[in-house]
Amino acid sequence: MNGVHDMGGQQGFGRVLCEKAEPLFHADWESRAMAMTVAMGASGQWNIDLSRSARESLPPAVYLSSSYYEIWVRALEKLMLERSMVTQAELDAGQLITPPIKVSKVLTLDTVDAALKAGSPTERAIDQPALFKVGQKVRALNVHPQGHTRLPRYVRGHVGTVVSLHGGHIFPDQHTLRALPPFTVAVEWLYTVVFDGPTLWGDGSDPSVEVTVDAWEPYLEAVA
Amino acid sequence: MASHSHDHDHEHSTLSEMDVRVRALESLLTQKGYIDPAAIDRIIETYETEIGPHNGAQVVAKAWAEPEFKAWLLKDATAAIASLGFTGRQGEHMVAVENTPDQHNMVVCTLCSCYPWPILGLPPVWYKSAAYRSRTVLEPRKVLADFGVSLPESTRIRVWDSTAEVRYLVLPKRPPDTDHLSQTALAALVTRDAMIGTALL
Repeated sequence: MNGVHDMGGQQGFGRVLCEKAEPLFHADWESRAMAMTVAMGASGQWNIDLSRSARESLPPAVYLSSSYYEIWVRALEKLMLERSMVTQAELDAGQLITPPIKVSKVLTLDTVDAALKAGSPTERAIDQPALFKVGQKVRALNVHPQGHTRLPRYVRGHVGTVVSLHGGHIFPDQHTLRALPPFTVAVEWLYTVVFDGPTLWGDGSDPSVEVTVDAWEPYLEAVA
Repeated sequence: MASHSHDHDHEHSTLSEMDVRVRALESLLTQKGYIDPAAIDRIIETYETEIGPHNGAQVVAKAWAEPEFKAWLLKDATAAIASLGFTGRQGEHMVAVENTPDQHNMVVCTLCSCYPWPILGLPPVWYKSAAYRSRTVLEPRKVLADFGVSLPESTRIRVWDSTAEVRYLVLPKRPPDTDHLSQTALAALVTRDAMIGTALL
């Protein structure tokens, strides 16, 4: 989706403001929101791509005017509402009204450390050979999918060079097709592709700049 | 003054609103049995006290001090970093990129806020800000200027946009006159921003 979240190259947001001695959290609710988002991932009712998709598809004005953890809270509520895990009345009241649905796992004090240490690797075995090799020129497709994608707009249609291959990884565009488990797991080759600054930003832009993106094979085509 | 006071009140009420909203959410999810509050406390404690840039600093110091480790880090960062015990969520697939006199590296996530949690902890607000996410790929030298960093024109700048589940660690240049330092002392020189590529050492 060509959403406001796809920020690369947008202008008008001003200087980067760095807070000196910034605290890890700016309010208690931020820490609770972060941890609940992490913990609810264990419910298995969505995957990381569906969770990103939920954040990106918040109304643009809401996305831009919310702090990052506020975006997480809104997206978490949305994911749970969509799956009837909670109702709006329950969110408003902070009280259980309807029984819970069955979830795959609840993180407990005994299991949480191991879960954080393990993470959720996305690399998977892949049978088909990679179409592209290191050093090869490839073009990022000029596509505008309605659904979730991880190909940023600013590289679409432009030619870059393959820097490295990362093996097969779960393809986000397919991983978001089904809202509920079992999710669609398509494994595609993942590449890092480098673009020259002037290719992306035009004549007169800084020639000493290069930008890489990590791109799944379906985002790329060979350049004749 | 009136305007300032208004802004302050507004900010205060926004925070309170989120506070109420998140408390209600936690209470509800606990009643539903979807979360265990003890696990929530433990996640917060982990990122407040155990996981942070001090982990990444150990990786960098070891790479500076031990050429074999540096070679391993640049070849297979996931395994090299895991050998120090740093694994897991948002660091499942790691790549280390080395700053040299010819090339400076910077890391961004233009689409969200992807960041290597096991070695740097949770990202600072500026890393997640619209200004950083939008401008770093377009005008990295101007972004560096916001951090007070200026590089020679002859230095190429490569910006790594974390668009997949690969997470990047910038291996900063080792500061001069540090040959005599222990790895612990070297690690103390390494800053979070240097490992993102928005600071030099």
